[in-house]
Amino acid sequence: MLAESAPVRFRDPQIEMAHGAGGRASRKLVEGLFAPLLFGGAFGPLGDAAHVDINGTKVAITTDGFVVKPLSFPGGSIGELAVNGTVNDLAVSGARAEALVVTYVLEAGLPTPVLEAEVRAMAKAARDAGVRIAAGDTKVVEHGKADQMYVTTTGIGRLLHEVTIDPRSVRVGDRILLSGPIGDHGITILLARGELDLEADLRSDTRSVLPLVETLIRAAGPGIRWMRDPTRGGAATSLNELARDCGLGMVLFEGQIPVRDAVRGACELLGLDPLHIANEGQFLAVVSPEYVDAAINALNLAPGGSEAQVIGEVREQPAGTVLVTTLYGGSRVVDMLVGDPLPRIC
Amino acid sequence: MRYVDEFREPQLISKTAEEIRRLAGTERHYRMMEVCGGHTHAIYRFGLKDILPKNIELIHGPGCPVCVLPMGRIDDGLSIAQQSNVIFAAFGDMMRVPGTQGSPFEHKARGMDVRIVYSPSDALKLARLNPAKHVMFFAIGFETTAPSTALTIMRAKAEGIRNFSVFCNHVTIIPAIRAILDSPDMRLDAFIGPGHVSTVIGCRPYEWIAQNERKPIVVSGFEPLDMLQSVVMLLRQLKAGEAKVENQYKRVVPWEGNRAALRAMAEVFELRPYFEWRGLGFISQSALRVNDKYAEWDAEQRFEVPGIRVTDPKAAQCGEVLKGVLKPHQCKLFGRECTPEHPIGALMVSSEGSCAAYHNYEHRKAAMVSLSSVA
Amino acid sequence: MCLAIPGKIVEIASDNQDSAVVDVVGVRRKIDLGLLQDDKPVPGDWVLIHVGFAMSKISEQDAADQMNTLRMLGEMDGTMQEVKGYGLEEVN
Repeated sequence: MLAESAPVRFRDPQIEMAHGAGGRASRKLVEGLFAPLLFGGAFGPLGDAAHVDINGTKVAITTDGFVVKPLSFPGGSIGELAVNGTVNDLAVSGARAEALVVTYVLEAGLPTPVLEAEVRAMAKAARDAGVRIAAGDTKVVEHGKADQMYVTTTGIGRLLHEVTIDPRSVRVGDRILLSGPIGDHGITILLARGELDLEADLRSDTRSVLPLVETLIRAAGPGIRWMRDPTRGGAATSLNELARDCGLGMVLFEGQIPVRDAVRGACELLGLDPLHIANEGQFLAVVSPEYVDAAINALNLAPGGSEAQVIGEVREQPAGTVLVTTLYGGSRVVDMLVGDPLPRIC
Repeated sequence: MRYVDEFREPQLISKTAEEIRRLAGTERHYRMMEVCGGHTHAIYRFGLKDILPKNIELIHGPGCPVCVLPMGRIDDGLSIAQQSNVIFAAFGDMMRVPGTQGSPFEHKARGMDVRIVYSPSDALKLARLNPAKHVMFFAIGFETTAPSTALTIMRAKAEGIRNFSVFCNHVTIIPAIRAILDSPDMRLDAFIGPGHVSTVIGCRPYEWIAQNERKPIVVSGFEPLDMLQSVVMLLRQLKAGEAKVENQYKRVVPWEGNRAALRAMAEVFELRPYFEWRGLGFISQSALRVNDKYAEWDAEQRFEVPGIRVTDPKAAQCGEVLKGVLKPHQCKLFGRECTPEHPIGALMVSSEGSCAAYHNYEHRKAAMVSLSSVA
Repeated sequence: MCLAIPGKIVEIASDNQDSAVVDVVGVRRKIDLGLLQDDKPVPGDWVLIHVGFAMSKISEQDAADQMNTLRMLGEMDGTMQEVKGYGLEEVN
């Protein structure tokens, strides 16, 4: 069923960096230009992956572009991000990645050892994630373009039938779960750029979350309403999108949001909020109250899941909004940012 | 985090809030202005309005150096950086502030070399690393930040670094407070004083507020317990009919200020006879410029600046909101023509400007029926 | 204008007395001590950092005093009420 294009609603005269940051500007671009033209008029909530019917079998398919500077950083490199990012997008849409295809856009002048290191990293990440790299493509562009390399991956996966992800199934009283500490990846990248005279013992959290997702599905499958991997834009952006899509309020308990000390310190120093920082190895899940205990227990016992936490719950108010509450009765709204989080001095 | 977490301890916060409720009673309505944008930010970040009684009204003051910067000055700074060998360096706060031809980030997208720095020293470092280019540092901030800029300029001179200049938009806090108090529709009971500005200027500069204007002022820290304790101190003064300057932020603010910082400022800067504050108009002796001794590092002397005045649309009621006379949502443009994504006026431009803060935080909380019990 | 964070001085550069490293819960940042020339901090001191410069030394004593004052809030007034009830001299 091919869609007729719908009218474009995106009015900005040119593309800015903000449009790629995963926040409000990104959403405007996707919903205002790409979706109407490519998906037609009445598209539903946009998820991490699409489910496509082929001869009666539903497969999940997703694609992702990886643009990161520096290419390599504590905890990983672009090769790992490319594999894990796509595996994770499939996982949180309720699918197990079966195969990836990859495109490398390379900058002329890129030293071969650098390329080889990234491809090795990608191969290892794929083996660790249990996914096949089935095919690929390469292009080379002039020196000065492509920041050494850009990588895109497209993944297909088989649906895990025990779970249905749909923001419209979220109900008041559902709990919000987070798989582990937030902010590690984004802050690691910021420090690795070397523009700040800041150092910390931090690593990117890049990993496949598929094993933990499968654990969650086994323990709480019927109770899972929604999942998302909070990459660019952070947990705040993912939860804002959910709040908007289901029309309910996401109320988070500040004391229960796991954040490593060093991430906290860097955020305080720079005036950033960990909720807006990118993650590459975590996921959010909304689970019905009957299943939440089983869910957390199972996650905590699984490898890499010991820091999983209930961080909040779904309420009727404030509708369409994410609210963070403190132990002393204060609260603040956490919005999507327009673009990338910017360090501030004021 | 030491010296941070203690001042965020939930039980003590609740206890202090209780003391505030006890002192505030129910009869009298108290209007307290927090001068500094950092305090505005803290109020929203920590949800302090939720735990203060309804008869204590916090009014946001003009202490947001980004908000009070006229659009024309942004245009001037960007016009200097139009030249191909110039690097425009500024703090993150400035990057999305629109000039008439777009913000620094939008200029970057069109090819201008725009860099975020986290310290004036970073800008000087850029100059050292890029000898073929000229680094122009777009300096903003009150007296908290000015000494660091001053010291950096002194270092540039000492090291003979000539490919570096500062476009100076530093402003001073006292004239802003004076403008608030001189405003005819002003009804304020007390001030929460700017804690970090005071680490430089000390507490003496506020004495006229207490003595001449008979308003209590408490110089306050930025953690929840700091601000709540300051409210307690202000309430005690108000109930006793007193008006004095008190220092709540003793652990960091010396009564006499920081002499070395003041010396650096005096060495490099002089007061401009007048400066335009967006929303407040021209205020005399309220801003700094680089003096002749350091003219070579003054971007306004090294380069031609258009110096065009850009006025805000008449419908924008920034001045009244800045002075606390109107609440953000009472401005006709609020939330309609003027939003954080498309800011028309000064106060929507920075995330700590009253209108932006109100739009991002209060606006939607006001729509809530009631805040149910917190876990 | 206002974002400033406390950090502990862990190292002062040997070749530049104005350059130091502070630690904030494991994050190390290079900062400038140029504004504290009149009262030079030493490793172990806590300072307030703004835009990469130390603005002021943090007084442990004042911080402790403040915490004590806050903890006693309400208790002082409670005691005062009791004493007032005895009908003895005026207390302020």
